[in-house]
Amino acid sequence: MMSPSGTLGTVRVRFFARYAELAGRSEGTVTIPLPATVSDVMKQVRDAWPGASALPAQPLAALNLRHVRLDAPVSDGDELALLPPLAGG
Amino acid sequence: MTYLTTSPLTLESLLAEVSAPHCGGTCAFLGTVRDGPEDGGVTAIEYSAYDAMAEAELDRIVAETRRRWADARVAVRHRLGLVPAEEASIAIAVATPHRADAFAACRYVIEEVKTRLPVWKKELRADGTATWVDPSGHPSMVGPE
Repeated sequence: MMSPSGTLGTVRVRFFARYAELAGRSEGTVTIPLPATVSDVMKQVRDAWPGASALPAQPLAALNLRHVRLDAPVSDGDELALLPPLAGG
Repeated sequence: MTYLTTSPLTLESLLAEVSAPHCGGTCAFLGTVRDGPEDGGVTAIEYSAYDAMAEAELDRIVAETRRRWADARVAVRHRLGLVPAEEASIAIAVATPHRADAFAACRYVIEEVKTRLPVWKKELRADGTATWVDPSGHPSMVGPE
């Protein structure tokens, strides 16, 4: 449990293509103690939904429409997208 | 700017967009759905995207291209949804004052798209199978393993 002084952040998580099939959903919401990184959210995601545990531990990620590293900090209200290997063009 | 469309792509409209009196070289690139001997009978590819990010990323790629080649005029469209074999999934046109820059800038756009655009493709085959394409070389069948 969080200490009363702790801050919780809510992050909208989006799944695409094969990851959406694995997770069985296209989006969800994760509440996490702050400060936290993309990696921390990822750990929670893999525990949150059946099927999501099959997602790679270190996927490509985008925060608020920009590619980010997994050590990037997340803030309350952020949108985190988990991106399967890119295949555009 | 809307770079994504589910309609068939044509170069004519992109060439008209980049045409300008100060540009003496125009380079156009079309990426088309391939069914080569090693592709196993691909009849179509279904493209999907993280639309909002793909639009934003293309905006950034176009802006970078214009910064790098100051006089360049750039137009890009990426098709989504079902694209039959031989039809184009991406069209790029770049016009610059001289030809070398047109080739270089057009190449820059497609290479950045390949590494940065949040777009995915599922290959559909004549035998009814479907495969997510992983350009890093790890093809995976559709659905949980």
